[in-house]
Amino acid sequence: MKMKSLIAGGILAAMASTAALPAFAQDSVYVPLFSYRTGPFAGSGIPIANGMSDYLTMLNERDGGINGVRINIEECETGYDTQKGVECYEQVKAKNPLVISPYSTGITLQVIPKAGVDKIPVLSMAYGLSAAAVGDVFPWVFNPPATYWDGASAIVADIARREGGLESLKGKKIGYIYLDAGYGKEPIPLLEDFAKAYGFDLTLYPVPGKEMQNQSSQWLNVRRDRPDYMIMWGWGAMNPTAVKEAIKIRFPMDKFYGVWWSGGNDDAGAGGEDAKGYRTMNFHGVGSDYPVIADIKKYVVDAGKSQVDPAKFADNLYNRGVYNSMLIAEGIRRAQELTGKKVIDATDMRAGLENLNIDEARLKDMGMEGFAGTLKLSCSDHSGHHQVYVVEWDGKDWQKSGEWFSPMTDVVRPMLETAAEEYKAANSPWPERTEPCLSN
Amino acid sequence: MLHQIFVDPFLQMADMPDFLLQVIWEGFVAGVLYALIALGFVLIFKASGVFNFAQGIMVVFAGLTLVGLHEAGVPAYLALALAISVMALLAIAVERFVMRPLVNQPDIILLMSTIGMTYFLIGLGEFVFGGEPKKMITRELGLPTGSTEIEIGEQGLVILQHIDIAAAVIAIIMVSALALFFNKTRIGRALRAVADDHQAAQSVGISLNQIWAIVWFAAGIVALATGIMWGARSDVSFALEIVALKALPVLILGGFTSIPGAIVGGLIIGIGEKIGEIYWGPLVGGGIESWLAYMIALIFLLFRPQGLFGERIIERV
Repeated sequence: MKMKSLIAGGILAAMASTAALPAFAQDSVYVPLFSYRTGPFAGSGIPIANGMSDYLTMLNERDGGINGVRINIEECETGYDTQKGVECYEQVKAKNPLVISPYSTGITLQVIPKAGVDKIPVLSMAYGLSAAAVGDVFPWVFNPPATYWDGASAIVADIARREGGLESLKGKKIGYIYLDAGYGKEPIPLLEDFAKAYGFDLTLYPVPGKEMQNQSSQWLNVRRDRPDYMIMWGWGAMNPTAVKEAIKIRFPMDKFYGVWWSGGNDDAGAGGEDAKGYRTMNFHGVGSDYPVIADIKKYVVDAGKSQVDPAKFADNLYNRGVYNSMLIAEGIRRAQELTGKKVIDATDMRAGLENLNIDEARLKDMGMEGFAGTLKLSCSDHSGHHQVYVVEWDGKDWQKSGEWFSPMTDVVRPMLETAAEEYKAANSPWPERTEPCLSN
Repeated sequence: MLHQIFVDPFLQMADMPDFLLQVIWEGFVAGVLYALIALGFVLIFKASGVFNFAQGIMVVFAGLTLVGLHEAGVPAYLALALAISVMALLAIAVERFVMRPLVNQPDIILLMSTIGMTYFLIGLGEFVFGGEPKKMITRELGLPTGSTEIEIGEQGLVILQHIDIAAAVIAIIMVSALALFFNKTRIGRALRAVADDHQAAQSVGISLNQIWAIVWFAAGIVALATGIMWGARSDVSFALEIVALKALPVLILGGFTSIPGAIVGGLIIGIGEKIGEIYWGPLVGGGIESWLAYMIALIFLLFRPQGLFGERIIERV
C-alpha cells in the first residue's frame, strides 16, 4: 500500500511539474548551441562553446534575458561530425528552436536544404556555404559578418598590399593547405578564379582528416615547391601541427596566413616564439579589455557558471563564441522590435536576422565598442561582407596588425550570386523565395 | 603521362638529392613511430590472440596522463613514473575485468571488448583531462629540442630534428629491450609459450592471468613512449587515436605476431608513403598518403599472405 502511494505521489508530482512547464516556456526562448567539446576538433570547439554559452548566460544573469525573455540555452555535442550534427538538428527541431548554429561547414551544408522546409534559420557565422550570402536564394541561411570567399579575398588583398598591388601578384606562387573536407574545399573556386585573374600560381595541399597530426608530407611538398606565401584553412588539431611543421621546414612565418578559424591561441602557441609573425584574419577583438567581457567575467565566470579555464578566458576563439552569440541575441532583439512580440518564433527570428543593423551606438550599448565592426544585413545580403583585420602572433599572444579593411566585395559578390544560381540549378527544384522582406 | 609516372619522379630525385634524403628521413621517423604503435598491437596479439583496437587510445591516454599530471604540479620525472604506474593499473584492470571473464570466448567477442575499452578510455580521458590538446613536456623530460642542419653539395640541406633522432634511438632501445625480455628472461619465455599454445602453457603451470597483465603493461609502456614522441611532434590530442590506425597496414605487412615485422613493416610503410606522396601524389592532386599505405600492404599480401615475418599458414587436409 505504502509503495502504491509513493508511486501515485510520484506520478502526480511529475504531472504537476509538466503542467508548470508552459508557464515557464512563455517567458523564454529556446536556443540550441551545437558544440564539440570532445573528439579531434575539441581544441578549437571548447573555447568557442564556452564563449557562446557564457555570453547568453550573461544576458540571462545580468538583464534577465532579452527584454525580459530568458534564453533557454542547450548544447548539443556534435564532435564536429556531420552525421551527429544532423542528429542534433533533428533532435532539437521538435523543441521549436529560434535558430540553428551548426558550427561546422559540413553540418551546415547538410541542414541548408532542411532549413527552408522546417522554417528554422541557420546562422553559420563566417563559415558554411559562401553562396548562402545571397538571401534571395537562401532566405533561411545567414553567414555574417563575412563569407569564406570574403576571407580568401581579404588574404589575397593583404598579400597584394604587401607586394605593391594586385598586378604584383603575377608570377607569385601561393600555396593553399586545407582540411580535406567541405570546410577546407569551400574557398578553392574563388582562389582558382583569382589565380587566373591575377596571374599567380596556386598549389593545393590537402590534409586528410585522418592525417591532421601527420602533415610532414604536405610540408615537404611546400619545401620543394617554395611558395612565396602559404594560406591555411585548418581546424582542430590540424592548426598547431601545421604551425609546427612550417617552423620545421623554415617557412617564413610572416608569409603564412590562416583564415580566422586557424587563429586559436593554442594553434599559434604550439610554435611559441618560433611562430612569431604567423598571421590570421579576424573580425572581433582579442583579450579582455572590453566592457562586455568584463560583464561575462562578473556575472558568469566569477559566479561559477562557466566551464572556461580561467587561463583561457577571453582568448581569440572564446571571443569568437561571444561574437556568435551576440549575433543570435541581436537577431532576437531585432525580431522583437519588428514584430512587437516578446516571445518570438523561428519565423520572426529569420526576419530579425535579415534586418540586423548593429551600428556604433548599438556596439557601445552592448559594451562592444572597438570589439567588432558595424554590421548591416538585408533581404538580399545575408553576410554583409564586412571588414576584417590581420592579427599577428608575437610569440605569446595575438596582436592587431594594421587597420580594418574590406574584402574584395566588388569582385566576390557577383561570384557569389553566380554560385548561388549554380547551387539552385544543381538542387532543382529549389524553392523560390516567398518569405516577405520585413522592415520597420 | 607515362613520362610523368615513370620518368619524372626519378629525375626529380636525381635533381634534388638532399630533398630525397629529407623525404627518406621523414619517412623513416614516421615509420619508427608507426612501428612503435604496431609493436603494441603485436605484443597483445602474440600473447592472447586479441586484436587490441584500444591501442590507439592507449597512446592518447598515456600521453594525457603524463602531461595532465605535470599540469597538476607533479614534477616531470615523477609524472612519468606515475604515468607508468597508471598503465600498470590499467593492465591489471584489463586482465581482471575484461580478459579473465572472456577467456575462451570467440576472437570477435574479444575484439568487441577492446572496442568497448576504446570508448571507455575516450570518455575517461575527456572526463579527467578535458578535450583540449596538450603540449608535450619535451624539455621537462630532458628530451632534445632544436635541429641539426647538414649541408649537402653547394645548396643542399637536410634538417634533422633532434626529437626525431631521439624517437629513433628510443624505438631501437625499446625493441632491443623487448627482444631481450622475450628471449632471455623466464617471464619472456613463458610469454612465448603462451603465444604458441595457451593450453600447453597452462599445463606446465604458467599463469595466463599473470602473463596477460604483463603483456598489457608492456603494450602500455610502448603506448606511453609513442604518446611522448608523437605528442612532441604535434600535440597530445584525441586526434592521435586516428593516427594510430596507421599501424593497420604495418601489421598487414609485417604480420600480427612478429616484432621484427612491426619494425620493418613500419619503416617500409613510413618511407613508402612519403616517397609516394611527394613524388607521385601531385599527379592526382595530392592527399594519397592515407590510402597508399594500404595499397603497399595489399601488394605485399598478394605475395606473402602471412605478412613479411608472420608465421606461415599451413592447412593440412
